[in-house]
Amino acid sequence: MLVKAKTSLTQRFYIFDIVKGLYITMKNMLFAKKVTIQFPEERRNYSNRYRGLHYIKATNGVENCTACMLCPTVCPAECIHIEAGERPDKEKYPVKFEIDVLRCCFCGMCEEACPKDAIKLSNIYEMTVTQRTIYEKDFLVEQRGSK
Amino acid sequence: MDSFDFIVMIIKVLFVGMLMVSMAPVMAWVERRGSALIQNRLGPNRMGPLGLFQSVCDGIKFAFKEDMISSHVNKFYYVLAPLVSLVPAFMTFAVVPFASNLVYEGHEIRFQVANLNVGLLYVISIASLGVYGIIIAGWASNNKYALLGSLRSSSQMISYELSMGLALVGAILCYSSLDLNTVALYQGQTLIELGGFAIPKWGILLQPLGFLIFCTAAFAETNRLPFDLPEGESEIVAGYHLEYGSLKFSMFMMAEYANMFTASAMMVTLYFGGYQLFPGMHWLLEMMNLSGLSADIARVAFEMVSFFVKCAFFMWFYVWVRWTLPRFRYDQLMDLGWRVMLPLSLINILLTGVLVYYGVI
Amino acid sequence: MEISPIFFYLFSGLAIAFALMTVLKKNPVTSAFSLVMVFFCFAGIYAMLGAHLVAALQILVYAGAIMVLFIFVIMLVNADIPSLDLARSSLFLKFVAGALSLVLLASLVWVFHGFKQVIPAGPFTVAAIEKAGGNTQVVSEMLFSSYLLPFELTSILLLAAIIGAVALAKRQAPKSKLAIDRGVKR
Repeated sequence: MLVKAKTSLTQRFYIFDIVKGLYITMKNMLFAKKVTIQFPEERRNYSNRYRGLHYIKATNGVENCTACMLCPTVCPAECIHIEAGERPDKEKYPVKFEIDVLRCCFCGMCEEACPKDAIKLSNIYEMTVTQRTIYEKDFLVEQRGSK
Repeated sequence: MDSFDFIVMIIKVLFVGMLMVSMAPVMAWVERRGSALIQNRLGPNRMGPLGLFQSVCDGIKFAFKEDMISSHVNKFYYVLAPLVSLVPAFMTFAVVPFASNLVYEGHEIRFQVANLNVGLLYVISIASLGVYGIIIAGWASNNKYALLGSLRSSSQMISYELSMGLALVGAILCYSSLDLNTVALYQGQTLIELGGFAIPKWGILLQPLGFLIFCTAAFAETNRLPFDLPEGESEIVAGYHLEYGSLKFSMFMMAEYANMFTASAMMVTLYFGGYQLFPGMHWLLEMMNLSGLSADIARVAFEMVSFFVKCAFFMWFYVWVRWTLPRFRYDQLMDLGWRVMLPLSLINILLTGVLVYYGVI
Repeated sequence: MEISPIFFYLFSGLAIAFALMTVLKKNPVTSAFSLVMVFFCFAGIYAMLGAHLVAALQILVYAGAIMVLFIFVIMLVNADIPSLDLARSSLFLKFVAGALSLVLLASLVWVFHGFKQVIPAGPFTVAAIEKAGGNTQVVSEMLFSSYLLPFELTSILLLAAIIGAVALAKRQAPKSKLAIDRGVKR
């Protein structure tokens, strides 16, 4: 059953409540803090644990990755593709390291699985592209985070 | 009519026409920035200073969009409808005076495109034609939502036209003229002298109830919130202009803003002294200590400034109310129109009649 | 006030053309809008005659209010099926209609035969009306002095019509149970 709420006498004239509402909107317009962030100039601060653009950590200019295949194994989206090779000093290394970003769900499981602390998700969140992109190894070894 | 009068007439027509055309881009900017500020946002501020050129971008976008005509519409009426709503909207401002007369080398220049002695009736009658554009649009679109929107708008406009006309009767009783120039001149008189400070005889002081009714009815007539039932995007998608795009849609927008401006100008002329100067501006004018033609030109300039400032306030008021009040439900709208506004306007006429009879006003 | 002949022929020609369209077009919406245009042309002619009040009222009352209701009804009942299809009417009806319209035309010709332009005399010349304060002033003074009784009778007639309409519309339909449960008024 529909029960009508009691309205007071002043409310029934609308006009006083309208004036009250107009006062509130004007107050908001003039004095309230604006919540908009002017994007390219201002930026929101993200937490250190934010999972953004991928990179492979390197020490002394050599990537940490040993192509152990743990990250493609654990990856739920199956977006990492690694082909292993061998350096002259018998060290295993990835000849190819590709990430299909459109498949990647940024879960960070590769980061957790990696025994060599190689694959990382940086803080960078601006990764807009105009075409389907696969991150190659050359792109990934650029050090773009401090994790 | 000699060549001087003819040139003056053309200048006046061009001025008013450009004013009406430029109303849509300016008001689109005001509306977007105003709504943003009210909602604690910033709004479009990238194009040009304060985002003023945003409307130019919108205009270019409207002009270059594909002009689609759906296959199920009645083509003739579909194309006709935006024009039918645009033309009366631009016509109404013709009789509104925006400054008092100026005598220049024996020529009397009226700051009014057409001086009709039935100016007020002209405005109401032409404004009531605006509904045809909406009706034709809704019917020709051959679309349920559009037809619903146009039905709503026509019943709403007829309902509120009534109380609007009756509210005006009270004003006419006070001014005893239908000529808007006479109305504006009448309001230049002094109502009461308060210690050297003259309170002018503006209509709002004579007809407070009438102004309230007229203002509400004007909101309904221009289909602005809280009475934008014909558009009601949450219920009937976009109402009558659902099937329209590109320039045809922008014509509806232009008609809406032109109607708003005419309604503001009417409110100013009838209830806020028209082009009469704000209290205090007389003093400023005397301070300038001019004589002859330059004094007249300064007076006209001051009058135009005060008229357009008053109009601008009411245009802002439209935007302000739009972002404050929610939309009425349809039965509430009809209730308000017929059971509140109509009796109130009749009471207003009675009161005004009694006061005029006993010579109070 | 001088009537510019160009505008007179423009308005009257348009009025005749739209009047013909009103009668001949099968689409009722087109007919209705043509009728609106006819009213417009009339208003133009009135305005040229210096009768601004009549022109404004013509648009306000006929084009602005009555025709809106007409179109409202036409759109609501969706009268796309032409009920007065010319092809369906019998030959006899066509004959009668043609003969009657010829009679009407003949009587009009007879009435206006040898009609000369009558310059309004007495207190109702254009100059005298302008001097007395314009159309509105003169009409209202006449209305509330010489023609007060007809005016009041007309208003009573209109009041009766309004009351009749309300009485017809207000006829109580049996309330559904749902409506009573929800406490809906009316």
